Amino acid sequence: MLLKLEDVVLNYGKIEALHGISLEVAEGEVVALIGANGAGKTSTMRAISGVRGLHSGTITFNGEDVTKLRADQRMRKGLCLTPEGRGVFPGMTVTENLDMGAYTRRDKSGIAEDFERVFGLFPRLLERKKQIAGTMSGGEQQMLAIGRSLMSRPKLLLLDEPSMGLAPMLIQQIFSIIGEIAEQGTTILVVEQNAKQALSRADRAYVLETGQIVKTGSGTALLDDPSVREAYLGVA
Amino acid sequence: MDFNALIDGLGGHTLDGLTRGSIYALVALGYTMVYGVLRLINFAHSEVFMVGTWTVLGVYTVLGADSESAMPMVIFATLTALVAAALASASVALAVERIAYRPLRKKNAPPLIFLITAIGCSLVLVEIFGHVLKVFFGAPFGRAPVNVPSPIQTHTLLTIGDVRITNVQVFIILGAVLMMVALDLFVNRSRLGRGVRAVAQDPDTAALMGVNQDRVIMLVFILGGAMAGVAGLLFTINFDITKFDIGFIIGIKAFTAAVLGGIGNLRGALVGGLLLGIVEVYASAVFSSNWADVTAFIVLVLVLMFRPTGLLGESLGKARA
Ligand SMILES: Nc1ncnc2c1ncn2[C@@H]1O[C@H](COP(=O)(O)OP(=O)(O)O)[C@@H](O)[C@H]1O
Ligand SMILES: [Mg+2]
Repeated sequence: MLLKLEDVVLNYGKIEALHGISLEVAEGEVVALIGANGAGKTSTMRAISGVRGLHSGTITFNGEDVTKLRADQRMRKGLCLTPEGRGVFPGMTVTENLDMGAYTRRDKSGIAEDFERVFGLFPRLLERKKQIAGTMSGGEQQMLAIGRSLMSRPKLLLLDEPSMGLAPMLIQQIFSIIGEIAEQGTTILVVEQNAKQALSRADRAYVLETGQIVKTGSGTALLDDPSVREAYLGVA
Repeated sequence: MDFNALIDGLGGHTLDGLTRGSIYALVALGYTMVYGVLRLINFAHSEVFMVGTWTVLGVYTVLGADSESAMPMVIFATLTALVAAALASASVALAVERIAYRPLRKKNAPPLIFLITAIGCSLVLVEIFGHVLKVFFGAPFGRAPVNVPSPIQTHTLLTIGDVRITNVQVFIILGAVLMMVALDLFVNRSRLGRGVRAVAQDPDTAALMGVNQDRVIMLVFILGGAMAGVAGLLFTINFDITKFDIGFIIGIKAFTAAVLGGIGNLRGALVGGLLLGIVEVYASAVFSSNWADVTAFIVLVLVLMFRPTGLLGESLGKARA
C-alpha cells in the first residue's frame, strides 16, 4: 500500500472531527473520498498531509510511518496536497507559483520538463505565465494549484474539492485533466462533494459521514448503491 | 518658525535627511520582514541594532583604530566593523527567535503573549548593556553615552552649488541602498527568497510545498539582524556615539518608517525611512531640533489617515487577508 490510515482521530480543540478513520490507497489507483459538507473530508486531507497533527492513530506512506512528520517533511517524501479553495500564493506570478511546487527539487532539466508537462495539461497557464495569481479567475487558480502540485512530481497527489465553486463546463474540464494525470501514472486521492464525477472516475471510493467511513467499494459499485444514490447523487 | 533657514540650506538639509533616513530604512527592514512572516512586531529589534553599535566600538578598540590611523587601517577597521556588527546583530536576533519566540509558537501562544515577550527581550538586552556588563567589565558599559569615534575622516567629496557632499554621507547612503538592493533581489529572485514570500503569503500552503517554516523564520531574523548591525555601523560613523538605550529612539523611528512605507513591504521600508529622515531634518530647520520627533509622528498619523496600509501597502504577505 502506498498510503494507509489506521484509526485516525483528529481534534479541533474539544471537538473531535475524525472518529477513527482507516483507509488505503494502492500505487496507481484513483481513490475518491465523498461526503456531505462538514463530514470531515478536509480534516482527513489535513491529517494525511500533516497540516494538522493527530490525536491518535497512524499514517503510513510508502512503507514508512509518517505520523510524526511535519507537512514539509511529508511533502519531501512524495505526498502533495492541493488544498481546498484558493490555495495559490496570490502575490506571486503563475510561474513563481509553479516554481514553488518544485521548491524541494534541484534537477533543473526535470523541472523544465515538468513545466512543459503542466503547460501541456493547462495551456491557459502558459498564456498567463506572468500574471499575478491573485488576479486570476477561480477556475484558473484551481488549475494553477493542481499544476503546482504536479511540479513536485508527487508519488501521491491529494486533491481537496478541485471542482469547488466552478462552472459546470470547467468542472468537466478539471475532471478530464485529473483523468489524464492519472493515466500518466500519478496515484490520486480526491475529495469531492461532486460525487457523480468523482465516483465515475475513481477505481475505488470511501463514503465519509460525520467523521466516520460508512461505506467503501469500487467507484461503479457505489454509483449503483441505492443509499449513495439517494444521499449524494440526488436520485431516489 | 524660520522657513528661510530651510530654503537657504535646502540641498544640505535634504542630504542630511537622506543620510539619517538610510539608517532608519536599514533598521526598518528587520521590523518589516519579521512582521511579514510572523505578523509580529519584534520590539527586541531595536536592541539588535544597539548591539551592532557596541560591536563597532569593540572592533575599533581591539584594532586600535582611531582618527590618526592610516588609510589601509581605516579601510580594514571599517570593513571588519561592518562584518562583525552584522554577525553580532544577526546572532542576537537569532537568539531571541530561538530562545523566546519559537517555544511560544510551538505552544500556539496568542499574539499578546508574543508582544509582551518581545518587550521583555528588549528590556533584558538593554539592561545587559546598561548594567550587567558594567558589573563584570566596568566602563565603557553602563548608562552613560559612549564615544565611538569612526576612523574615517570626514572631508568634502564635491560641492554642487552651495551643497557640500561629504565622503561619509556618500558612504552611508550608498552602503544602505546597496544592502537594500541586495536584500530585495534575494527575496524576489532567489529560491530561498521565494520560500520567504510563500510563508508570508500563506504559511500552511508553504509547508505543503515543502518549505520548512522554522528555517525561513530563522533566515528572516538573521537577515533583518545583519541589516540592523550594518545600520549600527553607519549610525556610529554619522553620530560618533552609542548608549545602552540607543535602540529605543532609533527603533521607534525605524518602526515608524516601516509603517509609513507599509509594514511587510521591503521597498516601503526604504521609502518610509528616507521620507522620515527628510521630514525630521526639515522640521529641525524650520522650528528647532526639539520638533524633529513630533513632526515625524504627525506625518505618520497623517499618512495613515489617508492610507492606512502605508505609502506602498503591504507586499511581502500581500495576500494573507
Ligand atoms: N479549523 C477548524 N476549527 C474547528 N472546527 C473545524 C475546523 N475545521 C473544520 N472544523 C469542523 O470539523 C468538521 C469537519 O470539517 P471539514 O473537515 O472541513 O469537513 P468537509 O471538508 O467534509 O466539509 C466540521 O464539523 C467542521 O465544523
Ligand atoms: Mg472541505
